[in-house]
Amino acid sequence: MNLLESMRIALRALNANKVRSALTMLGVIIGVAAVILLVAIGTGVQDEITGSIEGLGSNLIFVFPGSFEEGPGGGGPGGISTRQFTIEDADLLQRRLGPEHAVAPVLQGPLTLRVGNRTMRTVVAAANENAGEVFGGDYLDGRGYRRSEVSAGARVVILGSTVRDRLFPNQDPVGETMSVNGQRFTVIGHLAAQGGSLTGDQDNQVYMPITAAQRLIGTTDVGLIAVKAATADDVEALQRRIRQVLTPRFGDEFSVFSQDQTLGIFQQILGTLTFMLAGIAGISLLVGGIGIMNIMLVSVSERTREIGIRKAVGARTYDIMSQFVIEAVTLSVAGGVVGIAIGALGARVLTQWVPTEVTAWAVALAFTFSAGVGIFFGVYPAYKASRLDPIEALRYE
Amino acid sequence: MEDLVRAGATDEPCDDARVVLEARGVSKTYHLGEVDVHALRGVDLSICDGRMLSLMGPSGSGKSTLMHIIGLLDRPSEGSVIVEGEEVSRMAPNELAAVRNRRIGFVFQSFNLLARTSALANVELPLVYAGVSGNERSRRAREALERVGLGDRMGHLPNQLSGGQQQRVAIARALVTEPSIVLADEPTGNLDSVSGVDVMTILQELNAHGITVVLVTHDDTVARHAERIVRLRDGMVVSDEAVADRIRASERREAVVKEAGGEG
Repeated sequence: MNLLESMRIALRALNANKVRSALTMLGVIIGVAAVILLVAIGTGVQDEITGSIEGLGSNLIFVFPGSFEEGPGGGGPGGISTRQFTIEDADLLQRRLGPEHAVAPVLQGPLTLRVGNRTMRTVVAAANENAGEVFGGDYLDGRGYRRSEVSAGARVVILGSTVRDRLFPNQDPVGETMSVNGQRFTVIGHLAAQGGSLTGDQDNQVYMPITAAQRLIGTTDVGLIAVKAATADDVEALQRRIRQVLTPRFGDEFSVFSQDQTLGIFQQILGTLTFMLAGIAGISLLVGGIGIMNIMLVSVSERTREIGIRKAVGARTYDIMSQFVIEAVTLSVAGGVVGIAIGALGARVLTQWVPTEVTAWAVALAFTFSAGVGIFFGVYPAYKASRLDPIEALRYE
Repeated sequence: MEDLVRAGATDEPCDDARVVLEARGVSKTYHLGEVDVHALRGVDLSICDGRMLSLMGPSGSGKSTLMHIIGLLDRPSEGSVIVEGEEVSRMAPNELAAVRNRRIGFVFQSFNLLARTSALANVELPLVYAGVSGNERSRRAREALERVGLGDRMGHLPNQLSGGQQQRVAIARALVTEPSIVLADEPTGNLDSVSGVDVMTILQELNAHGITVVLVTHDDTVARHAERIVRLRDGMVVSDEAVADRIRASERREAVVKEAGGEG
């Protein structure tokens, strides 16, 4: 008996129990759809974050307070016990690294904005005159803040596109004034929409001189120092130089990452997360597989007589075995195909809220895995069926 | 082998015909807990090619067990089974399946057709496992169904057929591989008398065309359709005699129909 014949027999048997076959498949469908969907979300988020880190501008180096190598209980980056950077540290770096590289102290914090009766809470990302180098962004109108405004702590602000749309709908905000934490600020520019980034949704932020931000928040600290190397070839040497400059002041209580390293860390974290999600979804696929085995075992004992008849007229062990394995594989593969379709469709719908990307490897993996589940969980019932004694099977009521 | 002790030996000479199936010293013991049940105790039986034989006996006599053993569905505890000169009782399950497939056809009391499967597909089943495919398979199955008078019922499912028709499908399935032997276990047991006569007519016709037929029955009338009756009791052959007044099923039909009230 050839494979085609076995498949025909298997399909006929599945067709005879439509509801049961459909319910059995449902387990695999849900499992596969979950794998596809969760991996799609993981991959989508990973891609977006990668994109926004790369979009920050090239050749960036980030210096964080605190040691990443410290064990548990240590300060950690930005931890309370850690000594924070100040603007002076950034100025020192600028002097020692030379004018061809741009150094910017960066501070972020929450703010309340008000224009007339419109209020919104948002985040400020503040830096010095090198802000354009580290944040990027295209001005729709207006300009960035100048060095003089940084030294003076001038109350000027630049709006991200979301903030502008909320507070100044259908209006050019440049030159308008607004209240920031109760202080009067003048809007000097606004930016085009640019999407999310490492520092959050860049469109839902405002930008201002770091001195002004420190006064608003009531601190002299800066969160991190960003350094933009003149060329990509300088990045490594510059990292060494930064360590040399800061070690006398901070010991090893600071960390230096290039953009590539930051990207690597994020990709590692998100990759692990994606695999975890896939693993969780894989468990439901496993449960689906056990459902297949359960139904196949029921099916074998229900069809004991049929197996006896087949053996009486000449079916060999292999014929019975392949009939039942193919039945199980058909269930799981059909479930896999439907699951992939549902998962891909779900990923498309979810794209409105979460970035998703259905990758070929996820589809291939889900498909292979579901076929594997069918074989793995089908073999035991099929083996049981094939080993039935013909006369016992025929006598079975 | 020849000097085996033969309890109730049934060495009817086959004249010029060869022995198609032979049981030598066949015993079957079932172990039920601490009790051993001896279903067969050293049965010798040889069946000549092209003959029709009845195995008779009350229930528990071992006749069904013997049929299962000579039909290669079951293995003897002791002794051997020889089909067309080949010792088969020690063969591997897959080899036995092949012998059943090619040389033996079964007709059971309860028909044993596959449910939800058309008459044609049921008859094709042995050919599927014989590796016959496509047009030839379908042609041979159609021929077999026409031979049992069901040429117009090929697409019917078993539950759309009467008992007699289902048994005829089972006979078609038994003969479609052109086996040398058809084993029929109480083939009329579940049938009304008219259908029973029809089934016996077909079995006698097959026999007339050279197929060896073994009937297993407890019914004396059914048994007398054969040329020879072997009686078993308590797992042993107790008699083996030729049938003097063999019944011709085709000649009985009219009387049976009348007796059954004109139905048919």
